[in-house]
Amino acid sequence: MIVGNKKRTRLMTTSRFVTLCLFSLVMVLPFLYMVSTSFKKYTYLFESPPQFIPKEPTLQNYVQAWTAGHFSRYFFNSLFVTSVSTVFTVVFASMAAFAFAKYVFFGKKVLFILLLMGLVVPGIVLIIPQFIIAKHLHLIDSFAGLILFYIGMNFSLDTFLLRGFMEDIPRELDEAMKVDGASAWTRFARLYVPLSRPALATVTLFSFLASWDEFAWAITLINSQDKRTLPIAIALFHGQHATSWGLVFAASLIALVPIIIVFLITQKHFIEGLSTGAVKG
Amino acid sequence: MGEVGNRETNFQASGSSSPDLPTSSVISRRRKSLGNHATAYLFLLPGISVFLLTVIFPIVKSIQISFYKWMVLPGVPSPFLGFGNYSRALHDPVFWRALVNSGFYMLVTVPSQIILGLLAAILLNKKIRGRATFRVLIYLPVITSWVVVTLLFLYLFSGDGGFFNWILKDVLHLVNQDVQWFGSRWPAMIAMAALGIWKGIGWSMIIFLAALQSVNPELVEAAAIDGAGPIRRFFAVTIPAVRRTTTFISMMLVIGGFNVFIQVYLMTQGGPSGATEVLLTYMYKQAFTYLDFGYGSAIAFLLAAIILVLSGVQWRYFRPDADS
Repeated sequence: MIVGNKKRTRLMTTSRFVTLCLFSLVMVLPFLYMVSTSFKKYTYLFESPPQFIPKEPTLQNYVQAWTAGHFSRYFFNSLFVTSVSTVFTVVFASMAAFAFAKYVFFGKKVLFILLLMGLVVPGIVLIIPQFIIAKHLHLIDSFAGLILFYIGMNFSLDTFLLRGFMEDIPRELDEAMKVDGASAWTRFARLYVPLSRPALATVTLFSFLASWDEFAWAITLINSQDKRTLPIAIALFHGQHATSWGLVFAASLIALVPIIIVFLITQKHFIEGLSTGAVKG
Repeated sequence: MGEVGNRETNFQASGSSSPDLPTSSVISRRRKSLGNHATAYLFLLPGISVFLLTVIFPIVKSIQISFYKWMVLPGVPSPFLGFGNYSRALHDPVFWRALVNSGFYMLVTVPSQIILGLLAAILLNKKIRGRATFRVLIYLPVITSWVVVTLLFLYLFSGDGGFFNWILKDVLHLVNQDVQWFGSRWPAMIAMAALGIWKGIGWSMIIFLAALQSVNPELVEAAAIDGAGPIRRFFAVTIPAVRRTTTFISMMLVIGGFNVFIQVYLMTQGGPSGATEVLLTYMYKQAFTYLDFGYGSAIAFLLAAIILVLSGVQWRYFRPDADS
């Protein structure tokens, strides 16, 4: 009986493993094809049957992608805009989350509902009034315009997740520090921020991703060629180069590098940060 | 959210509980509570002010714009149209087609992402070799930019000898000739939905996974000891445990589904001749191609209203405390 159970469990585990392998393969196949195409020499034409392993692998697409046009410039534009907006979003959101989690104040309910509205009405639904406001503030065609609006767009989700996490931090620690005469800022910086590290990792990843990938606002706001960010550059690459797919995909994969780095740094804390932040709601 | 509500009432109760003699302790408490308000506002100030300027004010502004024939040039007065832009939308066949397309995209992508995401999460919930790798692989599409994956799928769904056509024609022999995926409405919508599902599975998987890991393992064990098989356990323990999470995921996905934009913008530009227009590409075109900001805003506001109603309905019927 026990042996039979064990056998059954092992069978279940094996079939689970095989299912997962197939599942992941389907998810990854498009990427493998993209990577392989980026190493191919002639990619103006589609080949049928598709070759997954390039006949004469070459790095030429990568070299050309990085040097042609102003791609490296666009890369650093994106890096600058994304880093600055991520830092500001995470700092602002953790401060606001601290206030929401640990204080009672007038208008809390209203502000919280506004915050939820920010979650429900995201993205480009607001692009028309946002454009008009940016125009009034003379932010058209500027990095400042990108950064300011990226902070606003990511603020509500980050605050929401961090608030959930900070609410779970035991009051006793807070009280103990208060007795010792610690100011609100000290308690925030020395207690809440260090203890919220998993949630901070999560929102850093989210904000970084959202700003790095943002396309609609950037293509609407930015006119000058030298201020383009990577998503615009890649989208235009697609049209410009009579769609040399190898080149487009080499550029895309270069753009993926910072994301992978940030993901690998934050992913350890990722699930923990989500489970306490988002799931409890 | 309920928690906040509770605190609010607690606060009001304590504020009104001592209308009698203001003893010194009450005064100091009040002063302290005022200080607390100020501290809280200081912490909120930077973030909330950016948020109000870039998100909340635009919502209000958007409603205003939608009632005008909004003039882009400075100094030119904008004529007030009342509900003119709205009635125009309701009589505009392209608006309705765009609404159907957005709705189709939402209806196809939301359930698929929930089911496949939950499946992946259940498979990954227990320890298994290569678990972290599987998790990263399935999550990879989520962290890749929309622009990149859209171009990738444009390539895979290409009409002459693309990857999917090769599978359908040469491997599965389901079709005799290459499908021109972006040449007509429904094939294009299907290709876009396929992209949406593929990109989104990892996201719901991660959230489900987080929820499953907070399920008490003793509960599952107890069910197993009581003789419940895996299927029984799934419906009796797992489903109730992820109910709140499913509501959250479903709300976010419905919003995301109606926000479909980049795929359409880059794959078909809403064409051929408006066949694959979705609400947001149509709004964008009205605003930034025809410079009709008023009409664009009316479309955006109608979309926001639909999203708000759908979110409200889901919250009402599936909210966490509905069954307790």
